[in-house]
Amino acid sequence: MEYRAPQPATAAVDDARRPPSVAVRLARDPKVVCAGGFILVLIVLALAAPLAAPQDPLAQNLLMATVPPVGFTGAEPGFPLGTDGLGRDVLSRVIYGTRVSLTVAFTAAGLACLIGSLLGLVAGFFGGVGDALISRLVDVWMAFPPVLLSILLIAVIGTGLHSVILAIVVIDWTRFCRVVRTETMGQAQMDYVVAARAIGFARPAILFREILPNIAPVLIALLTLEMGIAVVVEAILSFVGLSVSSDTPTWGGMIAEGRQIVHEAWWVLAAPLAALFATVVAFNQLGDGLARSLDPVLRR
Amino acid sequence: MLLAVVVNRAAMALLTLAGVAVVVFVLLRVVPGDPVSMMISPGASAADIAALKAHYGLDQPLLIQFWIWVKGVVAGDFGVSITLHRNVTEVLADRLPATLELAALALVVAVALGGSVAVAGTLMRRSAGEAVIDGLNSIMLAVPDFIWAMALVLLFVVAIPVLPLTGRIDPVLAEGFRTKFYLVESIVTGRFALAGNVLSHMAMPTVALALPLAAVIVRLLKQSLKEAMVQDYVLLARIKGFRELRLVLQEALRNAVGPTLALTGVQFTFLIGGTVIVERIFAYPGIGNLAIDAVINRDFPLIQGLVLLFGFIFILINIGVDITVAALNPRLRHA
Repeated sequence: MEYRAPQPATAAVDDARRPPSVAVRLARDPKVVCAGGFILVLIVLALAAPLAAPQDPLAQNLLMATVPPVGFTGAEPGFPLGTDGLGRDVLSRVIYGTRVSLTVAFTAAGLACLIGSLLGLVAGFFGGVGDALISRLVDVWMAFPPVLLSILLIAVIGTGLHSVILAIVVIDWTRFCRVVRTETMGQAQMDYVVAARAIGFARPAILFREILPNIAPVLIALLTLEMGIAVVVEAILSFVGLSVSSDTPTWGGMIAEGRQIVHEAWWVLAAPLAALFATVVAFNQLGDGLARSLDPVLRR
Repeated sequence: MLLAVVVNRAAMALLTLAGVAVVVFVLLRVVPGDPVSMMISPGASAADIAALKAHYGLDQPLLIQFWIWVKGVVAGDFGVSITLHRNVTEVLADRLPATLELAALALVVAVALGGSVAVAGTLMRRSAGEAVIDGLNSIMLAVPDFIWAMALVLLFVVAIPVLPLTGRIDPVLAEGFRTKFYLVESIVTGRFALAGNVLSHMAMPTVALALPLAAVIVRLLKQSLKEAMVQDYVLLARIKGFRELRLVLQEALRNAVGPTLALTGVQFTFLIGGTVIVERIFAYPGIGNLAIDAVINRDFPLIQGLVLLFGFIFILINIGVDITVAALNPRLRHA
């Protein structure tokens, strides 16, 4: 419990002056609300895909191939976004595609964040040889174009969802490592760390109980941005044919199919592209919004 | 001083490149799945497979293979591509000009577009126009080249069919070139109809690569320009009666451009990385498109050559950026 001064008038003034709580700030930020809401809807769609999808995403019907979306001549009831070259329902495939995209977004970004942050915390806090080694490794790592590196990695470890996730983690842990290292070095100079040391806190305790909570806002924003990147990387690898097998609907795989028949059925390309675009922008705007609302330094 | 820094960085970079070459070489070979089994028909006898492996030297111990390859690379010979049956150096020399022209054109478009939007945004600061630019740009910053490329296909191949979807030039026109620098050669020799054909093929990949970089330039340059516009020297020029546009271009830009230039250099390496997927989408015959095929076919010599080539290009860009930034900033020059 917090001690409150007994004078109600002063307390009211204090309340007015005190910046609004984190939850209130987040709820007031239109970026966070809109983008976060959109991603929530995506999560629900992914979980409830069998209920949400009007058709079986794998059911082929060559008599119903390349049916255009609702509102165009030749549209058929039951296929609101039309069908692809094999007569599969585009809307259902887009809905099922959220599963792969979000799985990759959360696991790959989460793992990259975990590994990168741990290394960054250690490098930034303890310094010395470990820091030099980790920093040099990050420099070398970041010197390579991510797309080329990921394709190379997939070629080495083989295709599939696990490979895609692994490739993203292996490539993108550096983003977290670099930022967390810099932030940790900054925090380590602060008075509260000096105080914690003076009291006799063990160094790991200072690192995880004192410094980590203070860099958490930056980390959360970075994690959200990374999710957007992971969604794109998965789509690119699916497009090239290096992600999950072609039985599973993915946005990237649909885009590749749509690219082949773009002259006959543009909607096969347009629908998953729109989904990909909206998802990437949503993760990005959410990351921006979170950075602004959570970080006391960035907040204006 | 500057020379020492550059030499130091170049040595470091070459060392890194050598390390990467070793890692790629070993990784490709310790992992299951070799190029010979990928290219041979399923009914081939064990003797045939062994003979083919011997032909490409894949039956030798790893260390010997590596030694043969290093000796070749030092002499400028990257070996023979397993899928294309051609010398890797030749294949790369054939494909590199297409990628260089594409990347250079995309860089020019990105700088021109990003620069002018940043200047326009600075002129319109604290107005509705600036808010619109900021809003659009915050979305543009999130959208990668892959999505732009596909959106452009929908726009200029489906909705308004004016641009060719694939290739670098109409095949019948490709005969009349002496070099592989189609765009440069056609402009230099004054064949503008030909240049137009090349440009129509390059338009979509170029814009797809340029837009993400342009968005980054807009954000940083506009920020720097706004900071410069409130400095004393701008105020002085304003008192002298200079027009607003001249204030931005002549006074603020010169002082604000440094950070953007450094960042553009770093981002240019991302743009080159982006050529891999963008060239794939438009079936553009550059080294990026080649890289995907090489990886899918496990064409070891070709992959190794490509990795070294990409690495080398990145080193050159980084050194170029260092020199340019130092040359523009006298304080850094003597650091």
